[in-house]
Amino acid sequence: MAKTGILIEIENNTVKDTSLGVMTAAAGQEIYALVLGQDAAVVKDKLAEYGASHIVSITASGDLSSSPDLQSQALAAAVTEYNFETLLGTASATGRDLFARLAAILDQPLVSDCVQVNIAEKKVRKSHFSGKTFATLKVNGSVLLCTIRPNSIEPVAAPTAGELIEFVADVADPGLIKIVETKKAGADKLDLTEAPVIITGGRAIKAAENYKMLEDCAQKLGAAVGASRAAVDAGYAPHSMQVGQTGKTVSPKLYIACGVSGAVQHFAGMKTSKVIVAINEDKDAPIFSKCDYGIVGDIFDVVPLLTEKL
Amino acid sequence: MKICVCVKHVPDTAATIKLAGDNGFEDSEIKFVPNPYDEYGIEEAVSLVEKQGGEVVIVTVGKATAVTTIRGAMSMGAHRAILIKTDSQFLDASLTARALKAAMDQDGLPDMIFTGKGSVDTESFQTQYRLAKSFNMPIVNEVSTLTIDSGKAIAEREIGGGEKQVIEMSLPCVIGVTKGLNEPRYPKFQDIMKAKKKEIREMDLSELGIDVSQGKTMIEKLEPVPERSGATMLEGSVDDQVTELVRILKEDEKVL
Ligand SMILES: Cc1cc2nc3c(=O)[nH]c(=O)nc-3n(C[C@H](O)[C@H](O)[C@H](O)COP(=O)(O)OP(=O)(O)OC[C@H]3O[C@@H](n4cnc5c(N)ncnc54)[C@H](O)[C@@H]3O)c2cc1C
Ligand SMILES: Nc1ncnc2c1ncn2[C@@H]1O[C@H](COP(=O)(O)O)[C@@H](O)[C@H]1O
Repeated sequence: MAKTGILIEIENNTVKDTSLGVMTAAAGQEIYALVLGQDAAVVKDKLAEYGASHIVSITASGDLSSSPDLQSQALAAAVTEYNFETLLGTASATGRDLFARLAAILDQPLVSDCVQVNIAEKKVRKSHFSGKTFATLKVNGSVLLCTIRPNSIEPVAAPTAGELIEFVADVADPGLIKIVETKKAGADKLDLTEAPVIITGGRAIKAAENYKMLEDCAQKLGAAVGASRAAVDAGYAPHSMQVGQTGKTVSPKLYIACGVSGAVQHFAGMKTSKVIVAINEDKDAPIFSKCDYGIVGDIFDVVPLLTEKL
Repeated sequence: MKICVCVKHVPDTAATIKLAGDNGFEDSEIKFVPNPYDEYGIEEAVSLVEKQGGEVVIVTVGKATAVTTIRGAMSMGAHRAILIKTDSQFLDASLTARALKAAMDQDGLPDMIFTGKGSVDTESFQTQYRLAKSFNMPIVNEVSTLTIDSGKAIAEREIGGGEKQVIEMSLPCVIGVTKGLNEPRYPKFQDIMKAKKKEIREMDLSELGIDVSQGKTMIEKLEPVPERSGATMLEGSVDDQVTELVRILKEDEKVL
């Protein structure tokens, strides 16, 4: 059993499902769930239920949230303190950033956005060439650092007793970098890259206000809403919603494409989704040759009906 | 102000990747381009220098064929370039960062370094962080808005769900850029001609004391992502189709 640290992400006092999946990726190892600068006590039971024998609350004398350098240094201190052989996290915006900082500090190998991890053999699998190939990488170092693509590993409970420990990291801020502000996105929107289900509207959506129809459906699905580049370029949706080569790479359990033709650049961003459904009025649309289930029809008929039946 | 822009020579994302052997691909027939995210870095560096003076140096680690990417970058307005040559198709991020640093050490330290948010071939998302650490410079990645003012950089980055962080750094610093920062210019004919005369300084990876066998990650195997072979088309009235879809997603696929 290798000592494995898992960086836990928490939102509204709840452990994100993606973090539970990361714990499952380390099943069979001695799992230390690491909570950085947040209240670990409220999530202790959940973390123990999913296999953490130790729940480490990492704090420092200064305010960790003011600098990404402080956060990564605190994490590095924990790796040294507990002698982790492996440290896993989510390939979210935060996880990707912190792990890259950590890898640079520790001078250890990092593989971002993995879809499979073999801790014993130090082998991981990840996408290469914008989703066209999978690469198996052998990792060479004393600590294996990996971020895991959201939704690629289904969480499975593995209850343990779970002991809460406090770790105060001794870190000093060199003061080169400071987070001065966080701009909220308005309503609490589900992050595209982490959403388990995504419903996307392409050029066929025809107007920004028609995304309401997809939002209503998304609400029932527990989904995030995406857009194609054609829809973003036409001004129907902001770039933060774009899926594809020049937008976000997503890999949900279910991807529903509404009025999207199926260009390679769109597929580059969502190809590894588990199930892909396409709704398109053109029975010859290229997307039907690359998805799992197809409905030939007008999205303005099909989507409201789908919302109703969910 | 001296600005270095790290630009990787990568296969065009529209190219079909034909695998060769266990861990390589055919790279002689397909089109290569500057890594798309790095182009935002070139544009930002060139327009900063146009306003404030200085020079833009492109730094690339790659095969000799990477000169096409470098010429492209110089036709966008960069002044000169350094090509660190290697025969490897894949060089891991830690070695790449070491090579970039060694070249910059020799050429003279920059006031700013731009990189892309990640490369579209290996998708490793870390070279810039390792480079920043080796210089002890601060770094922000995935920057979509940037202001440089009296020795400080103020950068905005998206952190998910449309939420943004505003980060302040002192110069020198490393900035990994992404779409939204600017619109990369389209070089004119004269710019392309001018770029042909600009200096490319070549170095060998081995001359910089870097041993390609010392990487921290090694690609053992490359395999194609399985293609879907055509959808199961749902039949009947719209009502029937939607009812059947919901049943399939719940009962067969268990994704709802
Ligand atoms: C370098 C580069 C990068 C790119 N990056 C991206 C990227 O990141 N993401 C991306 O998405 N694209 C990207 N593209 C663009 C891509 O090539 C396509 O142009 C784009 O994906 C098309 O978007 P679309 O499918 O919404 O529009 P279209 O191709 O116009 O398709 C619209 C579809 O909707 C159907 N339709 C119309 N009305 C209805 C209706 N009422 N009901 C049902 N169906 C209807 C039509 O039959 C059609 O199939 C990129 C292109 C390049 C060159
Ligand atoms: N071989 C290379 N030559 C020049 N720059 C590179 C190279 N590899 C990576 N970079 C830079 O580092 C960024 C991140 O790359 P990566 O870590 O491979 O995702 C890229 O966007 C480039 O700016």
